[in-house]
Amino acid sequence: MSIPGPDDITRQELSNGIVILVRENHTSPSVVVSGLVHVGAADERPEQAGLAAFTAAALMRGTARRTFAQIYEELESVGASAGISTGTYSTGFAGKSLAEDLPLVLDILSDALRHPTFPPDEIEKLRGEILTDLEERAHDTARMAALTFHELAYPAGHPYARSLSGYIETVSRITRDDLAAFYSGRYGPAGMIVVVVGAVKTDEVLAQVEAAFGDWAGPTGERAPLPDVPRIAEARERFVPIPGKTQSDIVLGYPGPPRTDPAFLDAAVCNTVLGVFGMMGRLGEKVRDEQGLAYYAYSRVDGGPGPGPWRVIAGVNPANVARAIASIRAEIARICEEPVGEQELADNKAFLTGSLPLRLETNEGVAQVILDMERYSLGLDYLQRYTGLIEAITAEQVQAAAQRWLDPDAYALAIAGPPA
Amino acid sequence: MTKQTNGFIKTTLDNGLTVLVKEMHAAPVASFWIWYRVGSRNEHTGITGISHWVEHMLFKGTPQFPKGAADKAIAREGGTFNGLTWYDFTTYFATLPASRIELALRIEADRMCNALFDPDEVAAERTVIISERQGAENDPEFLLGEELLAAAFRVHPYGVETLGHMCDLETMTREQLYTHYRTYYAPNNALAVAVGDLDADQMLQMIRRYFEAIPAGPPIPPVTAVEPPQKGERRVTYEGEGNVAYLQVAFRAPSVHHPDFFALIVLSAVLSGASGLAFFGGGLTNHSSRLYKALVATELAADVSGSLAPTVDPFLYGISATVRPGHTLAEVEEALERELERAIAEPITQEELTKAIKQAKAQFAYSSESVTGKALWLGYSEIFADYTWFENYIANLSGVTVEDVQRVAQTVLKRSNRTTGWYVPTNHA
Repeated sequence: MSIPGPDDITRQELSNGIVILVRENHTSPSVVVSGLVHVGAADERPEQAGLAAFTAAALMRGTARRTFAQIYEELESVGASAGISTGTYSTGFAGKSLAEDLPLVLDILSDALRHPTFPPDEIEKLRGEILTDLEERAHDTARMAALTFHELAYPAGHPYARSLSGYIETVSRITRDDLAAFYSGRYGPAGMIVVVVGAVKTDEVLAQVEAAFGDWAGPTGERAPLPDVPRIAEARERFVPIPGKTQSDIVLGYPGPPRTDPAFLDAAVCNTVLGVFGMMGRLGEKVRDEQGLAYYAYSRVDGGPGPGPWRVIAGVNPANVARAIASIRAEIARICEEPVGEQELADNKAFLTGSLPLRLETNEGVAQVILDMERYSLGLDYLQRYTGLIEAITAEQVQAAAQRWLDPDAYALAIAGPPA
Repeated sequence: MTKQTNGFIKTTLDNGLTVLVKEMHAAPVASFWIWYRVGSRNEHTGITGISHWVEHMLFKGTPQFPKGAADKAIAREGGTFNGLTWYDFTTYFATLPASRIELALRIEADRMCNALFDPDEVAAERTVIISERQGAENDPEFLLGEELLAAAFRVHPYGVETLGHMCDLETMTREQLYTHYRTYYAPNNALAVAVGDLDADQMLQMIRRYFEAIPAGPPIPPVTAVEPPQKGERRVTYEGEGNVAYLQVAFRAPSVHHPDFFALIVLSAVLSGASGLAFFGGGLTNHSSRLYKALVATELAADVSGSLAPTVDPFLYGISATVRPGHTLAEVEEALERELERAIAEPITQEELTKAIKQAKAQFAYSSESVTGKALWLGYSEIFADYTWFENYIANLSGVTVEDVQRVAQTVLKRSNRTTGWYVPTNHA
């Protein structure tokens, strides 16, 4: 197996702006489709929070050619899957099937993305399912801590400040006409990416995707980039009481680097040291292993199209919340103040480069990385340059990333759990 | 005896270690697993959760790999590394670039006998284990599921969750943990599975080099518990925090060694969707299943799912549903009851049978795409049967008839074979 690159990824642009990327892999009889269209929660008004997600979910509820029941009967009958779900800045779609069923998956995705009918009864069913989920969220410590963290870390009105799935009040008010209007004003082929990886013939896939989407015309308006956000200047904390729970969830973090920031990989190495390497990095070693405070304590840097979060996530006994937070802040202080040691840096870089074959083992993994190459303009040769990029990162760059985005004294901290 | 065909080897070493090696050359990676035939099935009151805790302790150091050293060594090579405890087994795996796989053998051979169980580490891990259980208790469906299991099994240890009882986690001693480790961690109670971009013969030699010198242990204490037949519906109610109600129903299932098990796989795909078979998982929706149409499309429930797990001793087929606010547990249960009665009264259609088999073929293909997935299934099937169960899976399913499915529906789905659980939320929104 070679590393996916310009030699074996075919990239083709259609006249309506759609970019198709195909990589053949004949080692197993299946295929995956992965892609995105340029619409997301950033395009909804704050008082309509959840509109973009509701719209995306509604696309599979009925189309010009298929009812909801028909869509899933056709997919499930051949063991295939397809789904559409929204993010802040884009809406992703994905499908998986045996290779022989790719035309069906493409046809259903095309039908849903291009010809949704928003049947009123299906919209009400879907609304009920979303509202049930939001009721469950209100009693879920991990989800409430995540939601509250976003509200604290981002300025009011910023798309990252609000919930993608919305709130009971906003979702209750959204009408079928709102969904239809959001769809027709925003969905279109401009900037759309379709990635296909699997046991297929490239020429056939290009023809199939073109047949499915080539004559799609739609809104082409330029979208504003996601607004930048100021650094957090002080400690912002909020506690969400959920009586009767046995564990508290903690999210402590910051607005982080967009994926396109030149220092993103510096931040990624820094984050690996802090809360990924081995068993959850330094955080796992201190908070779980030495102090026995938590089952999990790790960190993630999202990247993404805007200043997505860089955060520490921990689940702890309610009596240990203060100790765990002190310990997390101490590790953040350490990574800001001290350069990472030579051996530790080498180990972390070896993990990031050495794990590439594992990430590229499955069609899903390859499709994800090809989608990112296109979406963030990393270049089709990104994976071939990747090891060099990681190896060039110095301890000073890692520390600079920590100092630029992290701060042990100024952060957003959300805790959800039983009242003391 | 060694069976070898086409890059595949199954053999048993003199010390009793079963070895399975399978070449897969699609990607330059390999996965190595050690499986022990010990899990919550081997536990009793006082030491429930002990197998899972022992698993945690195997990450806490040996003289050769002090605490954290194995994790870091694997990560340095770009690998992933974890352990998993379940009813019938405890397993440890590493997936690595294929040229580095020897490291996984070195770690597993070492900790098969040399784990330290340092008393300070046992003490520190007690709070982690308790924290893991407390995290699970935050989930209403876990709380109800635990009650349901306890009601479904009054004799067999399957009635207790792998995490164990809180009182046992608070009181278990280092000596109990260490004894459990020394009792069950031996080559004669283990299997080694290697899958990936490797040469099968060379891999077998490498496994011999690391594991052959480990002496067999004494015979493993047998599990003698046999759950008596269920003679009547059992019901449990859990009143807990939250504002959403959940329904869970568990049916006593036939043994995985009985042909009826395959008919039950088809029945469960028809009723609750194809993704219910444990460890196949895998992203398939169930919106065209009978129960989705009866419970979710009618707006009584927000979702419904099924679960069926191959196990050493007969286990359960489970159905779970989330009740939509504005509706009641009784309404959802009534709608479920109508579908169960229908499956008992009328055979499924030939189309439903064909669909279930095609779904299974797709899932089977997906599950064999990664070395990790392939190794998981080879090892797991050896635990409850042998690898031919996995190899013959599609053929066995293809032999199922609509009559078989109806007969199994009549024995499995009947009310007297059922345990019904209600999660009743105490804070209504």
